[in-house]
Amino acid sequence: MSRGAERTAEHAPVAGEFGRGAVPYLYLLPTFLIFVPFVLAPFLHTLGLSFFDWDGLTDWRYAGLANYREALGSPLVRAAFLHALILILFFGVLPILLALLIASASARARVPGDTTLRALIFMPQVMSTVVVGVTWSWIVAFDGPLNQLLRAVGLSALANDWLGSYQWALPTVGVMGAWALTGLCVALFVAGMQQIPATLYDAAAIDGAGRWREFFAVTLPGLRGPIAVALTVTVIAALRAFDIVFVTTRGGPGNTTLVPGFLIYRRAFEDGRIGSAAAIAALLSGVVFSFAFAINRYADRKLR
Amino acid sequence: MRASTGDRVLGYAILVFFAALMVLPILGVILLSLHPADAQLSGFELPRSLHFESYAQAFRTAHFSSYLKSSLIVSSAVVAGTVIVSVLSGYAFGTMRFRGDSLLFYLLLAGLIIPFEAIIVPLYFELRRVHLTNTYWSVILPLIGTNSSFGTFWMRAYFRSVPRNLIEAAALDGAGSLRTLWKVLLPGGRPALLTLVVLVFMWSWNEFLLPLVMLSRDELRTAPLGLAFFAGRYQTDRVGMAAAAVMVALPVIVVFITLQRSFVRGMLAGALKE
Repeated sequence: MSRGAERTAEHAPVAGEFGRGAVPYLYLLPTFLIFVPFVLAPFLHTLGLSFFDWDGLTDWRYAGLANYREALGSPLVRAAFLHALILILFFGVLPILLALLIASASARARVPGDTTLRALIFMPQVMSTVVVGVTWSWIVAFDGPLNQLLRAVGLSALANDWLGSYQWALPTVGVMGAWALTGLCVALFVAGMQQIPATLYDAAAIDGAGRWREFFAVTLPGLRGPIAVALTVTVIAALRAFDIVFVTTRGGPGNTTLVPGFLIYRRAFEDGRIGSAAAIAALLSGVVFSFAFAINRYADRKLR
Repeated sequence: MRASTGDRVLGYAILVFFAALMVLPILGVILLSLHPADAQLSGFELPRSLHFESYAQAFRTAHFSSYLKSSLIVSSAVVAGTVIVSVLSGYAFGTMRFRGDSLLFYLLLAGLIIPFEAIIVPLYFELRRVHLTNTYWSVILPLIGTNSSFGTFWMRAYFRSVPRNLIEAAALDGAGSLRTLWKVLLPGGRPALLTLVVLVFMWSWNEFLLPLVMLSRDELRTAPLGLAFFAGRYQTDRVGMAAAAVMVALPVIVVFITLQRSFVRGMLAGALKE
């Protein structure tokens, strides 16, 4: 987390009398006056609530670890977390692989218009997830353009009710995430590749390295930092995939696209099981923190 | 990197293919929205002539004028609030030394990684207790809170990049810290500020879970929320839905196209929102 900050930190804070005494704290006051009550305290409150039984109306009752035991034993909660892990493949791994291909391709094609093309590839990233969901729900609808295309090219057998199918709904939601997140990864990798010294490529060329050897020996190691960043962002997006599920499938059909965020929402605001929702939220935070920590640990170690 | 003609053609083909993959769905929705409002369509069809009546309908009868207004109010307030608090705290973290500075900084950075799902439940019940749910404040204040983590991180990086002697010279001239900030540092920080404005605008415009939970009255709903409910209620009105989707996405896309550079640069740094 601090790597980016440290890289720009060529100038240490000003020494001497500048900003002494209470002054710095006064500058921090507005931020913390909002951050503490609206972010930090609710987060700690969630952890607290997870040890209680509460329906939002009547008195609460201490429940010990019961909410956690219920959550870990519940097939529904397990399914939600399993779906989140599967979504990591679509939101994280797939965009990163595609972005490596696109970034290497565009490094080779220094042609007029490549910046515009990359901007177009980036475009879905700025759109509201609700818009992404509405757009793709139309495309993959049974009478939508995707099935129309499949029928037109003689693949009618593949046409499907994509979001209504037990088998296909989750991968379809995954593809929507991949569509939205690939552009960000491309931008990260293109910026990262510009940092790789040209001499490394020259050396590889002198060694007679082909396209693949060059990619694995120079490009990939040079992109370790940006890949770690891309992985962190996309993995968190996958674990938090609430909006897209709410708009496209509401967790269905059955519970095949149920994700932790949606389960938290349902239990807290529809079923009145607030302690249970808080326990799932705490577990989700634990998973998010662990992934972010592990990815950055790995990247840092490899960088040294 | 030297590249043969074959490589260049292949690279270009890959770029064009993926750009098309990203743009065609968006283009498809725009064309869909230009059909007559009552068109019964199956799959993709080019409109025979351009109809804009679905936009007028979504704007008036489907309340999108109100949804867009709500989004504009919320986003502007969040941008203003986030920029003000982030400049002040970024200034302190970037230029001053004080007891507990790194502890407080990392505490704030934790906000980058805490998922909204993990604060939304108690936040709703607390704000309901003080009768703030179903007000814009219930969306604005938490969004300033979460965005101030990135904002502080971003502005601190800018203030640290300013040469130290510039600040010291101002101090020698007897300028107080507030005057130094206002007269010396902020004028040079316009690009950094612009990036922050653009990103926070996009994040707050697109935020969904928070307004979904906090705002149940239709006249307060933000644009993405209105679109989600519209899509749930009028599933068969594809043309209307497309027009509504275009209206919700358009403001951010316009900002993206006009300020592309600050956008992408900021998103890359924003990716450090880990």
